[in-house]
This record gives sequence, C-alpha cells and structure tokens, in this order.
Amino acid sequence: MTAAAPPDTRTTVRTVGLRKLFGDLVAVDTLDLEIRRGEVFGLLGPNGSGKTTTIRMLCGLLQPTSGSASVVGFDVGTEPERIRANIGYMSQRFGLYDDLTVAENLRFYASVYGLIGKERTARLTAHMSDLGLTPRAHQLAGTLSGGWKQRLALACATAHRPLMLFLDEPTAGVDPAARRAFWASIYDLAAAGTTILVTTHYMDEAEQCQRLGFLSRGHLIALGTPADITKQFGVTRVEEVFIELQRRDEGTT
Amino acid sequence: MPAPMRLRDRVAHWRVWPMLWKEFVQMRRDRLTFAMIVGFPALQLALFGYAIQTDIRHQPLVVLDESRTSESRALVATFVNSGSFDHAGNVYSRAEAQDAIELGRAKAALVIPPDFMHDVKRGRTAEAQVLVNAADPQTSAAALAGAQLAGAARAQQLLGPLGTRRLPVEVSVRPWYNPAQRSAVFIVPGVIGILLTLTLTLITSTAIVRERERGTLEQLIVTPMGKTSLMLGKLVPFVLVGYVQMTVVILLGKWLFDMPIHGSIALLYLAAVSFIFASLGVGLLISTLARTQAQAMQLSFFFIMPNILLSGYVFPREAMPLPAQWFGAILPLTHFLKVIRRILLMGTGPGQIWREGLLMAGIATVLVYVSVTRFSKTIE
Repeated sequence: MTAAAPPDTRTTVRTVGLRKLFGDLVAVDTLDLEIRRGEVFGLLGPNGSGKTTTIRMLCGLLQPTSGSASVVGFDVGTEPERIRANIGYMSQRFGLYDDLTVAENLRFYASVYGLIGKERTARLTAHMSDLGLTPRAHQLAGTLSGGWKQRLALACATAHRPLMLFLDEPTAGVDPAARRAFWASIYDLAAAGTTILVTTHYMDEAEQCQRLGFLSRGHLIALGTPADITKQFGVTRVEEVFIELQRRDEGTT
Repeated sequence: MPAPMRLRDRVAHWRVWPMLWKEFVQMRRDRLTFAMIVGFPALQLALFGYAIQTDIRHQPLVVLDESRTSESRALVATFVNSGSFDHAGNVYSRAEAQDAIELGRAKAALVIPPDFMHDVKRGRTAEAQVLVNAADPQTSAAALAGAQLAGAARAQQLLGPLGTRRLPVEVSVRPWYNPAQRSAVFIVPGVIGILLTLTLTLITSTAIVRERERGTLEQLIVTPMGKTSLMLGKLVPFVLVGYVQMTVVILLGKWLFDMPIHGSIALLYLAAVSFIFASLGVGLLISTLARTQAQAMQLSFFFIMPNILLSGYVFPREAMPLPAQWFGAILPLTHFLKVIRRILLMGTGPGQIWREGLLMAGIATVLVYVSVTRFSKTIE
C-alpha cells in the first residue's frame, strides 16, 4: 500500500524554521530537523517542551505558524492529504474504538486508508498474525489490557504500510514485557524501510533510537546518536543528559 | 516532483463506506442506546399524549328509556360508541336520574320519551333529552358537545334507510377533521415532531463530540478520510434511526390515541427526509461548537425550547408577534408540523406541502454545509 516514493529517498522529514505559537506561548521555535529514510528517531524532552506539537504539525493536525516542513516528500501546509495517505500515527490515547473488536478496528482503519476486498483480507490476516493479534481477533478492544491495546493501535497505524510512522508516547502506561515486544516490532518496521519518529519518557527506550533530538521549551538543544550526545555532555547515560538539560532549563528562568 | 499517485490515493478523501460500516457495527453493539432511541419516544408519546388531552371523555351516563324499543336502544348505543359517555346504568324516573347526577354517579342522563320510536317512524323529529350536570363548566361543555354529536351521528345513520325527510334529531355542531374534538388528534402529530427534533439533535450532537473525547477523532483526522465523508458517515445512520422513531411514534399514536391517518404515509415519509436531515444538521452544527458531550447536551436542550414554544406545536403562530413568527420560520419543526398535520389529519396531497418540504431541505442544506465548513481537519 505504499504510494509514490518520496523525491529525496534519503530524507523523509525535513523542517526549516518550523514555528508554532499558541497565543503568546512559543510551543515550537524555529525547528530545523532532518530525519533519514528508515531511521528510528527519538524526540525527547520534558513535558511541554514541544514534542507533541511538533508531531501534530508533521501529521497535519496543526498548522505551523511559520516555517515549512515536508514529510515523505509533500509539504505539510499545502499537501496534507497526500501526507496522510502515507503516514501512520499512534498517540498515547491509541484512538481505538472500545466497542469494536480487534478485527473490526483493523478493518475500519484499513478501509479508511483505501484497503478493500481480498487485498484487505489477505493483508489483515498476515498483519494480525505478525503482531500476534490473531487469538484476540474477536475480542472487544475495550476489554484488552494496556499492552494489547498498544499492539492493536500499532497494527491499526501500520496496516496500510505507511512510509513514515509517528509514535507519540506509545509506551506510556504499558508493562516492561509489552514495551520490549513493542520495540521489537518497531525495529522490524524500520528494517522494512519505514521511517519512525518516536517520543518517549523512558530513557532505556531512548537509548534504542538511532538518533535523538532533545527539545527544551520548543528549542532543539541537542541532536545526534545516543553515544554522541552522552559524550558531548560528558556523561555515560542518556538519562543523565536529560536530567542535566532539565536542570539548565530551570536555571535559565 | 512526486510521482503520480494511484487512483485509490486520489479518491482517498471520499471514504464514506468504512465510516458507515463502523457506525452500524457500533450501533448494533450498543443495544441499550438503540433501545432508548426507540423506547424513549414511545414512552414520552404515551405520557404527553395522555397528559395533554384537554377534553373529557367517557363520562358516566344513566339512561331513562321510556320507549324501550330497538330505536331507543340504538340511540343509547350511539352515545356509548362515540366514546364521550359510558353507560352507567338505567334509571326509571326523572327523580332517580336527578339523584344519580347529584350523587355524582352520573355526569349526564339521557331521557328517551315513550313515543321516540313512533316519531322516528312517522318522520317527525324525535326528541331525546340529555340532562347534564353543569356544575363543572368544562365537563358539561364536553358532555353537551358529546351529546349533540352522538345525536347527530344517529340522525346520520337514520337518514340513509328513511330517505330525505326531516332530521330525526337536530344538530348544530359539526367540526371538521376532528369530529370528536379530541385534542390528542391535534397534539399527537406535534409530539412526533418534537420527539424527532429532540432525539435526532441530541444523538447527532453527541456522536462527533464522543469521538473527540475518546481520542478517536484525532486518529480519524490523520487518516486520508475527508471531512465530508466523516460527517456524512455520522449522519446517514441516524436518518434510518429517525425513520424507525417516526414509525414507532406514528403506530403508537394510532393505537393509543386513534390518531387518524387520512393522507398518504408514503408522502409523509418522503417529506420527512428533509426534516430529518435538518434536525441532524442542527446536531451536527452543535457538535462543531461543543467540546464535551455535556456541552453538546446542554446546547441541544437549549435548542429544543424555542421549538416547543415557537413552532406552533402548542401555541398558534398566528397569535405571535412578528419577530417570533420570523424566528419560528427558521425552525425545521415549524414546517414539519404543517406537513404532518396536513397529511395525517386533512389528507392533503403533495400540492399543499411541497413549499414546506423545500424550505426544510433548504434549512438542512445550509446547516450541513455550515457544519462541514466549520469542522476543520485540525485539532485546534
């Protein structure tokens, strides 16, 4: 179900001076960012640092105040519908219908993305099996535990084989075993060529990303591989970077 | 430049079928809501219909039959069959009749003189007398009217076999459309309109807000489904709900209140489509304004009040000041009440209701258009 290939095969996301204001509040300030194709990119930062706002702008859920951004080769301002057909989005609220079964949720989202008939049946059968959802196919989504809901939400966001996947705190409130299984799926998707942008508060997850970007008060203040960043800050773990940044952040007030 | 998209990507924004499918699956699963959607109007109709009946029926009637003929018994039967009176027994003197009324055992007494049948056969005007307890003006007025009508009914029956001679009983009241002057006949079609307005507005207004509250709207917005598909997918299932409701209420109106159906039901259902869409349009507009289901409900009830007061449901619009009439004219219910009363009570055809049908369709179009325009595919 992947549509046209992006014009620049190396870059899936590119933002130039991306800015978002809510009234007087600067949520995201002049963000310049590039995410390469097939990369697992982690966006970190304290609550309110602009992570969700950035993702929402890239998905076309919010209009940028100024600056520009392109996702899978299309402009967020002028071609949001083309972007939507080629991305998957999973928020911490999962966006599942509690009163539909696992199979029905999948069927609904797959058809919204244009998968129909035998193609859909075949794809969903394989997809459910890949993610281990087959035994739960006829269970109502509302009765699933957090880990299973998360797995179903990932399945719904990827049934149409998106080029780019946005994950906004996808593992919030999920047990460690489910988180590990989830990250295994993420790496499977990335290996298949899907670009992934993920936000998280779990530092062990951050260390699994290929590159990280740290946001603080809407500014991108650090960018690089986990190893680069820890070296830059003279520490050994990403968590220490996070704490150091938050301390500086509070110190500037 | 991006490579050309496949056709399915290009028509991506038109995805109303998945939405419809989803809505029906959810509706089927949510049996309680569905039962309420159908049961609630039924219950309300029963309550409103009985409570609002301003006329008095089934008043106890004693009979002083001095004629004791087939003709006198036929007259008594006509009185009872009219529904205005119940036969509360026979008396054998005027004094006894007076006692029955004074003791409250009867509201009225029917006195049939000995020569009643004789007069009928001779072609003279046979006179029967009705004694009414006039202490309560409302009940006595009802009893008087009921008695006159019953007499007229018997006179009508006699005119056939006896040929055109003088009336066996004289009549002066002859109301149209609602011969028994039962208020339920006038009220019930109005109740149908009010209930449809209330429930359709309420369920539509909460439907989209519920998706917003549960986080699924955000998920839908990032899909390629267009907002028109989203809105129509939400709307169309409720059109069917509207028809189910209408059918239930009409059937109940007929069974419980003997509401007449003089016109074409097919025409009524055809005309109702624009009314149902207009009511759903109001709900849709509310759903673009409200952020929570509670707000949506409050706004819906806020919308219901002018419908009850200004649509002509209870108070005649002709008696209202002009601004109130103008305001009433933008309410879909105002036009639907005219349509449903004309079709059900007067049996009029398409010629007398097409203007109202067009007006409602116009209102519906504006509401749906404004809602779709207002609904932005962003979450700000």
